[in-house]
Amino acid sequence: MSIKQISVFLENKPGSLYAMTGVLAQNQIDMRAFSLAETSDFGIARIIVDDVYKTTTVLKDAGFVNSVTPVLGVAIPDVPGGLCKVLQVLTNAKVNVEYMYAFLGGKTVDHAYMIFRVEDNVIASAVLAEQGIKVVEQEEIDKL
Amino acid sequence: MERYYQPEIECASREQIKAWQDQRLVKQVRHVWENVPYYRKKMEEKGLTPDDIKSSDDLHKLPFITKADLREAYPYGLVAKPLKECVRIQSTSGTTGKRVVAFYTQHDIDLWEDCCARAIMAAGGTDEDVCQVSYGYGLFTGGPGLNGGSHKVGCLTIPTSSGNTERQIMFIQDLRATILCCTPSYAAYIGETMKEMGLTPDQIPLKAGIFGAEAWSEEMRQDIQNTLGIKAYDIYGLTELSGPGVSFECSAQTGMHVNEDHFIAEIIDPDTGEVLPEGAQGELVFTSITKEAFPLLRYRTRDICTLTREKCSCGRTHVKMSKPRGRTDDMLIIRGVNVFPSQIETVLLNHGYAANYQIIVDRVKNTDTLDVQVEMTPEMFTDNMGEISRRQKELVDGLRSMLGLAAKVTLVAPKSIVRSEGKAVRVIDKRKI
Repeated sequence: MSIKQISVFLENKPGSLYAMTGVLAQNQIDMRAFSLAETSDFGIARIIVDDVYKTTTVLKDAGFVNSVTPVLGVAIPDVPGGLCKVLQVLTNAKVNVEYMYAFLGGKTVDHAYMIFRVEDNVIASAVLAEQGIKVVEQEEIDKL
Repeated sequence: MERYYQPEIECASREQIKAWQDQRLVKQVRHVWENVPYYRKKMEEKGLTPDDIKSSDDLHKLPFITKADLREAYPYGLVAKPLKECVRIQSTSGTTGKRVVAFYTQHDIDLWEDCCARAIMAAGGTDEDVCQVSYGYGLFTGGPGLNGGSHKVGCLTIPTSSGNTERQIMFIQDLRATILCCTPSYAAYIGETMKEMGLTPDQIPLKAGIFGAEAWSEEMRQDIQNTLGIKAYDIYGLTELSGPGVSFECSAQTGMHVNEDHFIAEIIDPDTGEVLPEGAQGELVFTSITKEAFPLLRYRTRDICTLTREKCSCGRTHVKMSKPRGRTDDMLIIRGVNVFPSQIETVLLNHGYAANYQIIVDRVKNTDTLDVQVEMTPEMFTDNMGEISRRQKELVDGLRSMLGLAAKVTLVAPKSIVRSEGKAVRVIDKRKI
């Protein structure tokens, strides 16, 4: 019921993001989603990729500290109020969202995807499923 | 007109000073022999008894005392008086987090305050002056020492302690403070702040400053003198010996007169321990010949400087030491606080970080900055920004409690700290002193 997100520690200085994406490019890794959180001296890049194991290995070899976190992927209809409805469900279930970011599914699908980092993926996906909101699996992301 | 607190001592003949030193050293050696087993053992190891020390000419025979001895003997091992006769301790940081604790009898405090009073009068202070003591009060010797000296001179004393710059300036302005005592970097900061407030030197009542506890350059002296419209005097001391006032500057501003009736100064070769002739640069060693509770014989300060007995225009006859030009160990003095890299390492390890760090010391707008760069490790990393920031803050708090100093913590990428010959360079001191 979750997607594997890779978080990468980056120094907040020119070239560090470039260096990380360079490693991914050299190893033919395809990113599905990308989000960046930062403070004045460091940042965390959060990425969803097509090959988790390979990505963590090549990043580690290149000296990037990283960790894998299970996150929730939710398909959101590309219509007004789509995100609002999902958040309403989570709010009613008192699920706290630590962070979230969106990405588009591409030309073949008519919805966007939202990545949620919550405390308990099981509870969150259960309440969403009850309301008919589609929680996507790793395979679906991999196929995009 | 040069002013003296104790002219008969400060301007005594060299013969008289030597006579005091001879007599007091002999007495002091017997005092420690009889009351401090630690010293007796050290002397016995060298085959010495008090009878071997007949005058200050025999001083070189005595073994050295170092910070390592202070740590080993902590807390009471070097105390030479019964605790019921001791009335105070002061303390400074030690090499590995173990603090140095120095003990004082009432007599010790009295003599220490005399030394500080000499410094204040050498800076032109009299009982007409208003003396603001902006050194920290507490375990740090700066505040209590100058406070006592200021009382002895008869100045109206304002014990502001350090910090709260707005309040410092308010007192200087409202109570017309004429003498300021603090670290040179804090004096510079107060000066910059007053300048930003639009105050010109002639609007500032201060006429002199007594600044010490950290290294400062001649350029910094000029800056402070110009901004505050004062004459800035250097003062030197160590908690181990009493505190500020071991030596102080006079109107000549060409070195600090060591209070030789209380301390015998030597310069040694830091590698061989051999005593060097006058004028040679080497490690400064002090013997306290009047301290009762915590006498130190041949204490290695780790400060590098020179001594001169050339006649001084101020009339004082006591030997002058140059500003310390460096250290023989890795101790840093940051905003007047002694910092050892090993203390920082201890905090990092206690907080679960690896020992991959670098300490960057700089001086921005005349104020020292301490930046501890720590390499991120897989163990410490999480995808949660708040969690990382929380740990970073814990580390800052840990450093503050260990060092008594605010430090910035910067998390850097693994392996980003430059290693030369496989060994990381721990300290980068960018200050131009």
